[in-house]
Amino acid sequence: MPNEQLTFASKQAEPLAGGHSLCAGCAASIIVRQVIMATEDPVVVANATGCLEVCTGIYPTTSWNVSWIHNAFANAGATLSGVESAYRALRKRGEIPEREIKFVAFGGDGGTYDIGLQSLSGAMERGHDMVYVCYDNGAYMNTGVQRSSATPLGAHTTTSPAGTLMTIGKSEIRKDMTAIAEAHGIPYIAQSSPGYYMDLMYKAKRAFQTKGAAFLNVMSPCPLGWSTEPADTLVLARLAVDTCVWPLFEIAEGEFSLTYLPLEKKPVIEWLQPQGRFRHIFKNNDEGLIDRIQADVDRDWQKLLDRAGDAIPDIAGPVRF
Amino acid sequence: MTKTQKSKDNLIQNPKSKIQNRKVVILSGNNAVANALRQVDPHVYPGYPITPSTKIMETVAEFIANGKMQCEMVAVESEHSAMSAAVGAAAGGARVASATAANGLAFMWEVLYIASGSHLPIVLAIGNRALSAPINGFADHGESMGSRDAGWIQFYSESVQEAYDNIIQAFRIGEDSRVRLPVMVCLDGFLLTHTSENITMQGDDEVTDFVGPYHAEFSLLDPDKPVSHGLSDPPSYYMEHKMRQQAGMEKAREVIEEVGAEYGKRFGRPYGLVDPYCMDDAETAIIILGSEAGRVKGVVDKMREAGKKVGALRLRTVRPFPDEQIVRQLLGLKAVAIMDRSYAPGAVGAPMFQEVRSALYDYRDSAPPIVNRIYGLGGRELRNADVRNIFAELDALADGDATVPVIQMVGLRGEPAPTWEEMRPLETPIAVAAKRGK
Repeated sequence: MPNEQLTFASKQAEPLAGGHSLCAGCAASIIVRQVIMATEDPVVVANATGCLEVCTGIYPTTSWNVSWIHNAFANAGATLSGVESAYRALRKRGEIPEREIKFVAFGGDGGTYDIGLQSLSGAMERGHDMVYVCYDNGAYMNTGVQRSSATPLGAHTTTSPAGTLMTIGKSEIRKDMTAIAEAHGIPYIAQSSPGYYMDLMYKAKRAFQTKGAAFLNVMSPCPLGWSTEPADTLVLARLAVDTCVWPLFEIAEGEFSLTYLPLEKKPVIEWLQPQGRFRHIFKNNDEGLIDRIQADVDRDWQKLLDRAGDAIPDIAGPVRF
Repeated sequence: MTKTQKSKDNLIQNPKSKIQNRKVVILSGNNAVANALRQVDPHVYPGYPITPSTKIMETVAEFIANGKMQCEMVAVESEHSAMSAAVGAAAGGARVASATAANGLAFMWEVLYIASGSHLPIVLAIGNRALSAPINGFADHGESMGSRDAGWIQFYSESVQEAYDNIIQAFRIGEDSRVRLPVMVCLDGFLLTHTSENITMQGDDEVTDFVGPYHAEFSLLDPDKPVSHGLSDPPSYYMEHKMRQQAGMEKAREVIEEVGAEYGKRFGRPYGLVDPYCMDDAETAIIILGSEAGRVKGVVDKMREAGKKVGALRLRTVRPFPDEQIVRQLLGLKAVAIMDRSYAPGAVGAPMFQEVRSALYDYRDSAPPIVNRIYGLGGRELRNADVRNIFAELDALADGDATVPVIQMVGLRGEPAPTWEEMRPLETPIAVAAKRGK
């Protein structure tokens, strides 16, 4: 049976040209392509300052084959809400053709969880017809790997270094941005991973089809900040899901669904071990920290299972497109 | 019922009528700005309320709710987002306006530079108010002076009438293809924003016709012609882009005068970069901007009645800075005071003093001695007596009195009022001239 998603995507125009300067193995460009290729309508992209922005738009060149705007770091949500308002205003007065255009913002975790949170919150509350995609690589990678509120417990970053006195790296747990988005009561919220492209494209398609604000939180492995092999990016993107560090689910009109159930829930140690940012944990034989990370993951995963109740998919694997 | 009353009633009963004659109405500054915006009817108004300009947003919201504007209001959660949404909407090809003040403008700071660097002709009304701390809600030019190098054209309105007229002209000026820059229209907090005045409001059709339709050059909303807005510049391009901004600012000089002259021709109220008052034969003069120019002009009238040859020069724009016009007015005078409603801690004088003095440098052999009088910070009242005192100091300066200080705050509390000289003994203009061998 032909894979419908692949067939669909293969017929889509390329939104992001090659030749950009993102690192080898960076998941951001993979996420961008999978998300935009999930809609047939033309899109306008807003981009918070960050890796994706700085590597795809250096004057006098651009990698974007779709309309794109970069304003600043903290304001992708507000910027796109302005573009979307202009669209409604101009259409209402008949000054642009009656043509469906989709609006999508891409921000890293810095531009989403931290400095851009207020702007995004406002845009979601106002219900602009737009999709906000966070490519969450768990730190400020563009400026050289500084901690963010998305950095997981125990990760070494340049501003949460694992030292001889303070040995564990980041000592706080990550913020649950997906839950914050859900608290806005917007019609579509989902968590996804480019490792399961069918899942990501399915959710992007639903997000684009949603009238009103939609939020996608997408795990984005970062070989630079995670100290991993570029070739392992999608392996890690899947491991995050299979260890339940990054569960895949959606909340559509308030209805929660787990969209992926691992065949076998892998221990977090398999997720931690290949990443240089957790190297100190193993060097220090800090089993207590590993246990704590595992316990957090187990607790959060159980919460999701409880929430899904009878709606737990009986077939393991991602929902089809 | 008299005839006039009858026609007035018709007008009120017929609000949807497109053709409305110009009429004299009593409006506060905020209401006048909101009415100018109603008549221009921009596509998008992203806004966040702040005293003293809140009423502009409220009135625009009311106009929209009552079907008198088609504008889309985006009621954002902060001024940073207001200016961010303004940039997004303008990049989407929309005509955009907003209003703010003081801390609100400060919160927009980052994005002000992005609006101008991206050549987006957004119009922003400023209800001038002091910056915190201490928190203070009253008239002060500190916030807009602080943003004078953000790449925006800046108008300072003397009256409610002018605030109304400036808003209408701002769209034409900012959107002119020779300029393509955002425009701030400043009006003093409370003194203009909340003070009602008889103004002539042009007919809706007249304003629509004057402003004309807006066509953005590079819109995000044409999928057949995708554009990239806000690319990052390597060092090899950044300076050229700054020069493009500068070119727009330089062209704005003639565009402001053109638009001001056309406005005068059509509506009877012409405008230029500066507003000289009794300057032709003046021996001493005060340079000022904003609403207190009216007070200075009033004092000039009284002093003229007493035979004193005094004048006033009001700056209508601060960016572009009308250096040539200022120099032309000042050469030949005996002494000049620059009155600033803002100050610059640690600098030599307040912003307008610094710039006027700099403009005079090339003419230093024939330039009059100039002093800086800082007044009205945080809404401190300026009295006619203060203005008279300044003119008296100018007389002394013209007579060669070497004790007249260069920089002084006007109207300070305390007996005796602390002087600038106590903090830093400055050389007086006469002492400086003596040192140079004059």
